[in-house]
Amino acid sequence: MTNTRVLSLNNLSKRFGSVVANDAVSIELHRGEVLALLGENGAGKTTLMNMLFGHYLPDGGSIDVADESGDMRPLTLGHPQAALEAGIGMVHQHFTLAENLTVLDSILLGSESLLAWRHKRKAARAKVGRIMQRTGLTVGLDEQIGKLTVGERQRVEILKALYHDARILVLDEPTAVLTPQEADTLFENIGAMTKDGLSVIFISHKLREVLAFSHRISVLRHGKLVGEIATSDADERVIARMMVGADTPTTPREAMAPGAPVLALKTTTVKGDSARTSLHAVDLTIHAHEIVGIAGVSGNGQSALARLVSGLATPDSGELLISGKPIHRFTPPVMQKAGVGRIPEDRHHDGIIGAMSVAENLVIERLRDSDVQKYGFLQQNSIRSHAQDLCKDYDVRGPGIDADARLLSGGNIQKLILARVFECMPDLILANQPTRGLDMGAAAEVARRLLEARARGAGVLLISEDLDEVLALSDRIIVIHDGQLHEAHTNDREAIGLMMAGEQA
Amino acid sequence: MDILQILISDSFWAAALRIATPLIFGVLGALICEKSGVLNLGIEGIFAAGAMAGWMAVWLGAGLWGGLLVAALVGGFFGLIHAILTVPLGLSQHVSGLGVTMLATSVSYFTYRTALPQVSSPPKIVPFQPLDIPVLSDLPFVGPVLFQQTAMTWLALVMVALVWWVLNRTPLGLAIRAVGDNPDAVDAQGLSVYGLRIGAVVAGSALMALGGAFLTMSAFDSFFFGMVNGRGWICIALVIFASWRPGKALLGALLFGAFDAFQVRLQTEVGAFVPSQIFLMAPYVLSIFALVIVARRAEYPGALLKPWFKGQR
Ligand SMILES: Nc1ncnc2c1ncn2[C@@H]1O[C@H](COP(=O)(O)OP(=O)(O)OP(=O)(O)O)[C@@H](O)[C@H]1O
Ligand SMILES: [Mg+2]
Repeated sequence: MTNTRVLSLNNLSKRFGSVVANDAVSIELHRGEVLALLGENGAGKTTLMNMLFGHYLPDGGSIDVADESGDMRPLTLGHPQAALEAGIGMVHQHFTLAENLTVLDSILLGSESLLAWRHKRKAARAKVGRIMQRTGLTVGLDEQIGKLTVGERQRVEILKALYHDARILVLDEPTAVLTPQEADTLFENIGAMTKDGLSVIFISHKLREVLAFSHRISVLRHGKLVGEIATSDADERVIARMMVGADTPTTPREAMAPGAPVLALKTTTVKGDSARTSLHAVDLTIHAHEIVGIAGVSGNGQSALARLVSGLATPDSGELLISGKPIHRFTPPVMQKAGVGRIPEDRHHDGIIGAMSVAENLVIERLRDSDVQKYGFLQQNSIRSHAQDLCKDYDVRGPGIDADARLLSGGNIQKLILARVFECMPDLILANQPTRGLDMGAAAEVARRLLEARARGAGVLLISEDLDEVLALSDRIIVIHDGQLHEAHTNDREAIGLMMAGEQA
Repeated sequence: MDILQILISDSFWAAALRIATPLIFGVLGALICEKSGVLNLGIEGIFAAGAMAGWMAVWLGAGLWGGLLVAALVGGFFGLIHAILTVPLGLSQHVSGLGVTMLATSVSYFTYRTALPQVSSPPKIVPFQPLDIPVLSDLPFVGPVLFQQTAMTWLALVMVALVWWVLNRTPLGLAIRAVGDNPDAVDAQGLSVYGLRIGAVVAGSALMALGGAFLTMSAFDSFFFGMVNGRGWICIALVIFASWRPGKALLGALLFGAFDAFQVRLQTEVGAFVPSQIFLMAPYVLSIFALVIVARRAEYPGALLKPWFKGQR
């Protein structure tokens, strides 16, 4: 690593109303360096990067970026165009993709002069093809974004940034939705690109990859930079300490005898419009006091399974029983009434209504209950006090219960959903990627709540691409591949990894 | 003459294309606005403004093509008002659009009345004449249907191809499609959400005004009150019918033109037994049915009607 600076953030500050998101943060980045930016949910990591990229105008501070010859020049603040021209590429935490476009068009967007009379699609296709080959991130270029899984969309986002030939690449939780293998491949390739002079800042909650792939670690807490450390001097405990200021407790897992079945699928087939939205004659039983983990590479039928259990898809053949009772009409309210609680995969899109308040989001699934509504009128007082209690119990932090839910950080949105789901005491909990994007503390909290529900007698269907999470929480592990389920009679990472890739164990 | 004979007569198809022409301009204009995420209910008034401004310019001696330019500029101006109110200021697109319709209609009538205070029969201009292309115009059937239309009909057809090309084959069109579906995607690529939307609304409104100008500069030769007569609203419905595609928009406009031309001819056949209002109603009723069938599958631009503000979550 050479020691030339390519970027320096000087005393950047930003506040939103009463929330101080960043408080005089200064960070430097060198050529060829990989810097990991860590911090709890809501610590202000995304805000800092959004100022760098020009999405937010800082309240104070300045940014200098090295130009091609290495001289530091001040960056025009508040203009993404200026950041792009300075060679900064950004992969946002939340997708910035238009669903009606194809993959190729999404990558092309903004890369050509708006006055050109036609696209250079052929050349673009070749260039994207080369990047895909180099990075191992492949997606069908002619697919429509709206039809892609979350994991595939993330790949498109990364390809987009690489396509623009960035010299400084900012990745805001790029691997939150990638499988461990995909994440490893990505970082290995980024490592190779840093040899050619690329500098990288990435945000992640996965300490494993932070320790394996970064050179230096900067930690934010409550908007302040609280520490910087060379990765070679760090380990998980040290980092956790810096982030939280204390150790995170892990919940012990007690052995439990499974009870009566709460979910049974009997040769159930769902014919989706593509392979990844289909299930082929699957059998699955989940009992009370049991967590069943579904491991698999994204796009192998997980979404079909989740849609089926949440009542969004109707099986083409076969049966689905909840607590022994067959379901005939597949709608979300029917499923919810039957005792299914769902933690959706895309929490921003399917989990909350962003333009409604935190308090309203907390009661949205039980509008019939008398403490929420009387004679068709909302009971504001009880809704608000109910929200206050739940936010305290589940530690939902943010601008308050009357603020719009979209203003919460990712971790706090997930806590809001947990509070809403667990409060109804469901018999079956569908937890789809429940800790995606959550910090260690919040992830531990989700695990604790799931184990608590299991102890109470609920069954949990845990769908996750994070194999470590599946291994840590599940009583049984089932591998999903190509729309089929195979029970893994082992706890061995390697063996399960092979099954996920489609090889029979 | 029976129904079949009407359907195969060249005069029927020529009329259908003629009636469709203003709708083609209007529906393309509305389509461009909506593709960028902005509903433009100012269309009805912009039609009136285009009809009045184009005609007045020609009457004052600007020439036919000069008149079209003036109409487009006036349409663009009213589009700009709508765009500023709804894009950076984020006001309700419905309210602003209806406001623009009332404003543009009244201003047109007002200007007309002030310029020509007491006329009983309005002055006439020499409108666009049917083209007379050697050989082609004399072909059987296609001659009268296609090659004896005015230049404006051809302009409308060229616009269909042009709008299709821009939307689907150019970086600008890509950006417009993206901004109508997810403004964040456009913002993240350093493009201006406001700039794209304002530009699309202004351009779309200019096209709408050309649709209005067709009425006074090609279909008729003078301006009178109420001459737009709901054509703008039909265009708003046709955009949905067309699922926001230029090719289908052309089809929808032609379909409506055909209904309308058909009812006129049918009226002369059986008008003795059936009240004429039924015939006048028919194209609208039929469009509603067509819309009901098609619109259920329509894929709306994801961000249509949703204001976007910079730097907000
Ligand atoms: N546009 C905004 N308006 C109001 N508040 C905001 C806005 N953006 C961020 N915040 C608040 O600023 C704080 C920092 O948020 P930020 O998204 O930067 O956190 P983060 O570290 O990226 O968290 P996570 O790990 O969950 O992504 C949070 O309290 C958040 O609610
Ligand atoms: Mg963040």
